Amino acid sequence: MSPKLNQTGVRARLMLGAAAVALAFAGAANAETLRWARVADALTLDPHSQNEGPTHTLNHHIYETLVGRAVDGSLTPSLATEWGISEEDDTVWVFQIREGVTFHDGTPMTAEDVVFSLDRARTPPSGMAALHAAVEEVTAVDDTTVHVRLSGPAPLYVQNLTNTFIMSKAWAEENGVETAPNFAAGEEAYSVRNTNGTGPYVMVERDPEVRTVLQVFDGHWADAPAVTEIIYTPIAEAATRVAALLSGEVDVVQDVPVQDIARLEQTDGINVVRGPENRNIFFSYDMTSDRLASSDAEDNPFAKPEVREAMALSLDRNAIRQVVMRGESQPSAAPLPPFVNGWTEELDAFGEPDYARAAELVAEAGYPNGFSVDLNCPNDRYLNDEAICQALVGMLARANIRVNLVSQTRSLHFPLIENWETDFYLLGWGVPTFDSQYVFDFLVHTREGSYGSFNGTRYSNPDLDAKIQSLATMTDLDARDAVIAEIWDEVMEERIFLNVHNQMLAYAMRDGISLDVHPENQPRMTTVTFD
Amino acid sequence: MLAFILRRLLQSVIVMLAVALVAFALFRFVGDPIASMVGQEATLAERMELRDALGLNDPFVMQFYNFLTRAVVGDFGISYRLQQPVMELILSRLPATLELALVSGIAAFVFGVGFGVYTALRRGGWASSSIMTVSLIGVSLPTFLIGVLLIWAFAVELQWLPSFGRGEVVNLGGWWRTGFLTESGRMSLILPAITLGLYQMTLIMRLVRAEMLEVLRADYIKFARARGLSNRAVHFGHALKNTLVPVITITGLQLGSIIAFSIITETVFQWPGVGALFINSVRFVDVPVMAAYLMLIALVFVVINLIVDLLYYMVDPRLRLDRSAAGH
Repeated sequence: MSPKLNQTGVRARLMLGAAAVALAFAGAANAETLRWARVADALTLDPHSQNEGPTHTLNHHIYETLVGRAVDGSLTPSLATEWGISEEDDTVWVFQIREGVTFHDGTPMTAEDVVFSLDRARTPPSGMAALHAAVEEVTAVDDTTVHVRLSGPAPLYVQNLTNTFIMSKAWAEENGVETAPNFAAGEEAYSVRNTNGTGPYVMVERDPEVRTVLQVFDGHWADAPAVTEIIYTPIAEAATRVAALLSGEVDVVQDVPVQDIARLEQTDGINVVRGPENRNIFFSYDMTSDRLASSDAEDNPFAKPEVREAMALSLDRNAIRQVVMRGESQPSAAPLPPFVNGWTEELDAFGEPDYARAAELVAEAGYPNGFSVDLNCPNDRYLNDEAICQALVGMLARANIRVNLVSQTRSLHFPLIENWETDFYLLGWGVPTFDSQYVFDFLVHTREGSYGSFNGTRYSNPDLDAKIQSLATMTDLDARDAVIAEIWDEVMEERIFLNVHNQMLAYAMRDGISLDVHPENQPRMTTVTFD
Repeated sequence: MLAFILRRLLQSVIVMLAVALVAFALFRFVGDPIASMVGQEATLAERMELRDALGLNDPFVMQFYNFLTRAVVGDFGISYRLQQPVMELILSRLPATLELALVSGIAAFVFGVGFGVYTALRRGGWASSSIMTVSLIGVSLPTFLIGVLLIWAFAVELQWLPSFGRGEVVNLGGWWRTGFLTESGRMSLILPAITLGLYQMTLIMRLVRAEMLEVLRADYIKFARARGLSNRAVHFGHALKNTLVPVITITGLQLGSIIAFSIITETVFQWPGVGALFINSVRFVDVPVMAAYLMLIALVFVVINLIVDLLYYMVDPRLRLDRSAAGH
């Protein structure tokens, strides 16, 4: 069958589909173009260069991954129809590749392309390499089966694949982009502004930071989506973004400012949907050093359990939710969102603040006059991050802890944690693998090698480290969950984190459009329905 | 004459070098670009490697030297954020900024002179008073607020004009993309141009008004009236002509500020120019783009000043005499 015939066939099916939609929702058939605005543009269209939210979100419409992530956090088949650990060898993951998938240039996708893409994604300077660090070899067993061999058993490896896109090997070789673009090389790679994926939409126009136009891909394997054209425009300024929605120039706004949510909900013709984001906001502190650089105390107050307890007693999470977040947050006590494996209700329970008891504890710890400390806070990274810190300053003052707030831009804040130059800081953490191990690996484990890179507490517990490392290779998931629970007990007992809340996401759209909030803030326009 | 130009050129080069040095020194306080370039899973060793590869660990002098030697031949490297060559990125955004600056500059001049003359001639009239009052808004309200208010009134409430972007653009000669040739492009230009030009318009208007009032009291105006010339000939043929010299100087110099200050307007209206590019680069610590932008703005000011200097030199004979006398 010639490609042309094939296309006509698909187009006919598409039109039938559109007709069915039109019949079901009379009068909605003209609403096919979706104008979508959010705060920032994708940094690049290269599928493996950047592990960054807006970049993945746009690329998910052009490229596809082996497995997808549904709005409830569960995994869904995409380019892989089935997956599982090999029965003969527990270090091997087996993927059944979907048949009949074609790239936008018309060539068929094969297991070879999957092997090529996974190899490209795990080779520096790819931004995805860290997620595939344990991979030793990727092989195509036959046309539709791919084996991924890891350095040891990796029961959750498949969770790392939800943002690793599959690209065409032939196309990459033709255009000299066999590896992800290299910043240091000093030249632009072809794949930054050109694409060839298998995704539901074809990129037809790309003007970085201005406008990206996607058209529905006639040769896509799945049912045709209701949206046939996407016009994606980044609008950096919050007020302008909201104005563009109110004036009818865009249909969906993804990053709705917290202060505008209530007003937009009361506006005729505008509909706001909300959902929890996969991102938790918490404070943490140096609980290991002998002395704090920014404190007037002779020793390290954070090393004393009484002080950590006093701080937990002083944090009024509900007040922060009401006043700072205008109701748009989920107060929590542990640094993981509810849909992450290992979360329990007990873990997240917290009591009422008790300032009198907190002040007593601080005095008992050996600071009758309290102590002072600097709090480092980003002011452009999380929702109302600086205001959350300001609220904490007032609350801790009632426990006789004098906090001097230092808030600055993200590019100055995060190196402080990386270089251990802060005593007390705010951090937000998302869990892209939806499993507690990710939290432990980066935030709890002693800093060494690939572990503990965001462990700003200097906390180091060899027993806990051993348990954390064991999680990576445990294939008995029940036993593994038990170890996760043990680690959480220890972490909560030690009060390594002073947790504030989970962030909430809100999308605003004009009436007649339905789109669910995606926990990773990666909405798929294929799921949009019109009514 | 040649010596004068050479001296001025040499001074310009020194100014450019100084700007480069100051800009480069400032970047050390903007923060670390690595955090935004790699994913949160990257290990500390990988971060260190990238920092090495980009030369961020080199001594300051070394970094500055490398930057200068490449900048001289127009190579500003590749954007950390958008992975495109910086020169190409800036050139592709420059037309948007220049078109906006041009339109708001011309509008500011035309309306500034018009209102200035009107308010000078009709002193005390209700129209003049209200123009003067409204013009206060132009000087006192921040650009950001003016932009948001205009969006609110004309895009959201009245829905006459677009709230963001540049509309449809037409490609001219390969690299200059213009918004002048399409309906949506012209409509998109109106609100940003007003926002950007309002302050300059107010400035020119007040300058023209003050100058006019001054000139209208001059003897030669009285003589002109005595000669029985029409009001029109007196006001426009004699008075206005004599007020325009300082106005043109100010307008020329303000053109540089319009280009440099377009940052805020461009951000509010999501105008795809170099100003918005700069702001986004600062957020990301995209050092190559920031450096190139600051050099570009310095160049704009240096060139404008050079032209103004040369014009003075031609206009003012005293300058020529002094210089040649000093030379011997």
